[in-house]
Amino acid sequence: MLNLGFVVRRLLQMIPTFVFILVVTFVIVRLLPGDPLSAQAGDRVTDAQVAHAQAELGLDQPMLVQFFLFVKHVLSGDLGRSYVVQIPVWRLIGQRLPPTLILTAMSTILGILIAVPLAFVAALRRDRVSDAAIRGTFQVGLSMPVFYIGLVLLTVFSAQLRWFPVGGYGDSMADHVYHLFLPSLTLAVSLAAVLMRNLRTAIIDVLNAEYVDFARAKGLMPRVIMIRHVLRNALISSVALLGPTIGTLLGGAVITESVFAIPGVGRLMIDSIYGRDYPVIQGLTLSLAVVVSLIFLATDLIQAALDPRVAQ
Amino acid sequence: MSAIPAERARAGQGATLSVRDLTTSFDTSGSPVTAVDRVSFDVEPGQVLGLVGESGSGKSVTLRSLLRLARAPAETTGSVLWDGRDILALPEAKLRAIRGNEIAMIFQEPMTALNPVLTVQRQIDESLRAHTRLSARDRRVRAIELLDLVGIPAAAGRLDDYPHQFSGGMRQRVMIAIALAGEPRLLLADEPTTALDVTIQDQILKLILDLRERLGMSVILVTHDLGVVAQTCDRVAVMYAGRIVETGEVGEIFREPHHPYTRGLLGSVPRGGTERRPLLSIEGTPPSLAAMPSGCAFHPRCSFRTDICFAVSPPLEPFAPGRQVACHHHQRVAEAGLP
Repeated sequence: MLNLGFVVRRLLQMIPTFVFILVVTFVIVRLLPGDPLSAQAGDRVTDAQVAHAQAELGLDQPMLVQFFLFVKHVLSGDLGRSYVVQIPVWRLIGQRLPPTLILTAMSTILGILIAVPLAFVAALRRDRVSDAAIRGTFQVGLSMPVFYIGLVLLTVFSAQLRWFPVGGYGDSMADHVYHLFLPSLTLAVSLAAVLMRNLRTAIIDVLNAEYVDFARAKGLMPRVIMIRHVLRNALISSVALLGPTIGTLLGGAVITESVFAIPGVGRLMIDSIYGRDYPVIQGLTLSLAVVVSLIFLATDLIQAALDPRVAQ
Repeated sequence: MSAIPAERARAGQGATLSVRDLTTSFDTSGSPVTAVDRVSFDVEPGQVLGLVGESGSGKSVTLRSLLRLARAPAETTGSVLWDGRDILALPEAKLRAIRGNEIAMIFQEPMTALNPVLTVQRQIDESLRAHTRLSARDRRVRAIELLDLVGIPAAAGRLDDYPHQFSGGMRQRVMIAIALAGEPRLLLADEPTTALDVTIQDQILKLILDLRERLGMSVILVTHDLGVVAQTCDRVAVMYAGRIVETGEVGEIFREPHHPYTRGLLGSVPRGGTERRPLLSIEGTPPSLAAMPSGCAFHPRCSFRTDICFAVSPPLEPFAPGRQVACHHHQRVAEAGLP
């Protein structure tokens, strides 16, 4: 089980990560070409107006001062106010982040549910027809653009079969899950493809391990051998892969959200980039970076729980 | 140390293992390769049989084939009679009831044969669950007894340790403890000491002999080390290129080998004593299983060969009580004496 020292060490590692995230977030936003005022007002502003507005937003301060103010505000929970819609950024993100998070979580779960059994079938029937079929299908799935998979699923299951809504997010949790099923499936395809390939190879490796022979020699049931000895060891490398893959998934969510008209952070991000809405971009980048580092934390902890040698 | 309950229950009711014409071949890309070729031998209750040969001689595959553990695409034929049943013909469920329970197996490298991510307790426990009706608490007690029995100090405190937290010798003891969980009557040991330091080797062999004594187990010990055979075995079967070429009591074989290969093996072992003599090696290498020589498989490396050796493969035949050899010229070999 989990080694406490490892958990503490891993949590302490989050501190420099967060510092780094703050610096990068701040710098990236200021590296974007253009500025918020001209983006909003166009060409018809005077220099005086610009200076006034800049002073109001603190944009006339030296960079270092701006950075410390930024950190101070973030730490006190204040992400600023959107230049464009004039509401607090945390509230804007609070509205738009949950759909994206639910979408990502559902895709991850679906992806695992699809990948694990298929990886087993492919590994156990290696180089036979079913293995080739599974791998071929996923190869095609992986090479198709996400929006295209989304459109195909929409056409078949929403437009024709009418099993699922064509878009939106719903009101209750159950409704959310229902609305987000097809988009999750869309995203799950690429996750499942990556995971399935990795897991299949890992299972084939583990099947050749002597401890599996030893488990057989002990007279254990095939099911026990497969789950306790094979799957558990094979999952270790796949869990490590899961962190970065889910990170990419969050990126893919942007496109999927547009296809399925989901009010998530993807759309918000694009709008705020066009509007040079610094506080929103900053807030979003920050929250997504935090989400991703939490996902990495979670996968690391799961990996340590699966493999006692990691925690040493 | 606590006694094993079944020690009494099973005393005097050991079973004989009778292997007849055991053949294991691997069908790789169309041309089957025979790794074990018509191997026959018996193991009496309480006996330690050494299976000796170079790497690739088929000794490990033979051992695995006894429990149908040879890796796919292996195909095993012949019969392995155990307590009135042919293991090779048993349905899966019945086979599982023998594996780890009546016949247990230990491997060469405990670092790879123990599951790295499960505690020692879990790995003993799953065997106990499969083969006994003990409660969870009794299984834990039993696991401590087993670790105790194989000489792990402070056994109770090591139950929740993982394999990598043990030293090499201790790890091999752990594997033996796991194998003993089902109170086997026959232990198959695949080079159990090869991966260990010489001093630790000695301890593990003593442990196996001691357990044989106390639990009334028989043992098949696969090794390439004639020193290990001299130290532990009652009988020995020498394998070459997938076949048994000579069998007999250890003392007799060491005194008077009848197969030129056995004779060569003995000549390549350093002996004690004051008289120094050069170590001999057997010229050449064992044949590839895919390209076996005609006639006797050993003829390309043999100094006793004549024309018949090129043409006719000699059958394994008894020539004295308890001894068999597969050589056209075994009398000449015996008369030549030890090299």
